[in-house]
Amino acid sequence: MLSVQGVTKRFGGLLAVSDATLDVAEGRIVALIGPNGAGKTTLFATVAGFLKPNAGTVTFRGERIDGLPPHRICRLGLTRTFQIVQPFAGLTVRENIACGAHLHHAKRRDALDRAAVIAAQVGMERMLDQPAQDLTVAGRKRLELARALATEPKLLLLDEVMAGLIPSEVAEIIPTIRRIRDSGVTILLIEHVMQAVMSLSEEAYVLNQGRIIAHGTPAALVRDPAVIEAYLGHGAAERLHASHAHA
Amino acid sequence: MGRLDPGGAVAALVLALCAVSPFVLPSDAWIGFAVNAVLISVLALAWNVTGGFAGQMSFGHAALYGTGAYVAAMLQVRLGLNPYLAAVAGVAAGAGIGAAIGALAFRYGLRGSYFALVTLAFAEVLRILASSFEITGAGSGLTLPYRPGLAQFQFPDRYAAYAFVLALCLVALAATAAVKRSRLGSNMIAVRENEEAAAAIGIDAFRVKLLAMAISGAIAGAAGVAYLQIQLFIDAPIAYGSLISVEALLGPIIGGAGTLLGPILGTVVLHIVGEVVKTGIGGAPGLNLVFYGAVLLVILRFLPNGLMGLLGGLRRPARTDAATRPAEAP
Repeated sequence: MLSVQGVTKRFGGLLAVSDATLDVAEGRIVALIGPNGAGKTTLFATVAGFLKPNAGTVTFRGERIDGLPPHRICRLGLTRTFQIVQPFAGLTVRENIACGAHLHHAKRRDALDRAAVIAAQVGMERMLDQPAQDLTVAGRKRLELARALATEPKLLLLDEVMAGLIPSEVAEIIPTIRRIRDSGVTILLIEHVMQAVMSLSEEAYVLNQGRIIAHGTPAALVRDPAVIEAYLGHGAAERLHASHAHA
Repeated sequence: MGRLDPGGAVAALVLALCAVSPFVLPSDAWIGFAVNAVLISVLALAWNVTGGFAGQMSFGHAALYGTGAYVAAMLQVRLGLNPYLAAVAGVAAGAGIGAAIGALAFRYGLRGSYFALVTLAFAEVLRILASSFEITGAGSGLTLPYRPGLAQFQFPDRYAAYAFVLALCLVALAATAAVKRSRLGSNMIAVRENEEAAAAIGIDAFRVKLLAMAISGAIAGAAGVAYLQIQLFIDAPIAYGSLISVEALLGPIIGGAGTLLGPILGTVVLHIVGEVVKTGIGGAPGLNLVFYGAVLLVILRFLPNGLMGLLGGLRRPARTDAATRPAEAP
């Protein structure tokens, strides 16, 4: 469904993403993990059209999308959320979601009705008339998800929808994301909360210093020495292995 | 949406009373004042589409207003075109100049104060051009031939003129209400709130802002045409002067930018209080501008959402209350 081939993104002298290649098959939940500053959000922004890659191609459902503006990519069925949530603060929850629903519903009434349906999908049905600026962090994350969902994407790029949530809130949102996938939306997510990655995704890519360093099932990746070193520093895998051996 | 909230009902009632007052209490001074206030209200409604809905604060709406008036005047004076056809051309010219300014400004990504400055520059350039060339009447302006009668789009008296601008104002209000409740309006508001987030949900911000400028230009152009047909005269300072640009934005900001009735409410309140000040202190030239500035400062300081925000205050809590109030459990 999504194929990223050799994508490179530079900011001046800084190589943020270097020759990244990944594939997302239809109907999967794929995770993109990696330490802070690895380039995950940059890669997302490049795929969604907010940044133009310096090299490489992005193909979505058989169509080249690198270099297209974000609104065109969204209309093709690829919608991203933002790590730093961007609710339309002056609008209510329902109006926020309706802004997304208008992409496929021309009539105001239809968009507002559709917004109520989407809100129920993410558990916001009782907050429809609340101003977005009054929401808690968890509420804003859900709203970000709902607004993206309202555009009826084929592929949803979720950028840390669980960051900043307390464990009980994470436990609530995991089944929500699984239900979205089951309704026919493929998901690529950036996540730091490993509990979520382990329970949600069938496969994951690990990005470190702009490079994809590993790919596999989450269970295999957490034992991969290259991944452990990326997170904990050079030699960490060996020391960890040694301490296990002594124990 | 759809249903009228209590604040909106109060505003609508007050405005309706103001609207009929010139017919109930006929007086020469009052009707002249009323024609002017309603005319500027139309311009304020135009500004509200770009500044209020789409969040693009123009400081040069005189460019749209003046172009509408000048095109209608030139077609009548130079080519002898039927005044109604000239009026249609004036409205189209307003939309065209709005789209042209928008295309240039938004193509280069100008936002906020940069957009405001560019629109101001366009209005000033047009003012200088209009006062320089023979075809626009240069320094002496353009005077329409006096042919009284509605067949020539000229009004027998001020009450007929007032009825016309009142109808125009209602049409403009209905048009902006229709825009606000449409997909385009939703897109404009999304762009105003956050352009990047809007792009992420498939909204073409450039196109939306361009359409906002075109719609705003058509309404502002209509206001310009109405001025021309009532006064039968136009010159560069009247059409393109910065006073027009300032009046276009003061009403909406004072009344509540982005609300439906706010632009009219703000304009009417500003004009009434301005008139009271003028009769009270005496009419030193420019004194009303000093007063407008003072009112604007007070409103921005104490009523960031304008008079409509004050009227709607009972319904929606202020930001500071919202921050301290516990959020509803999910």
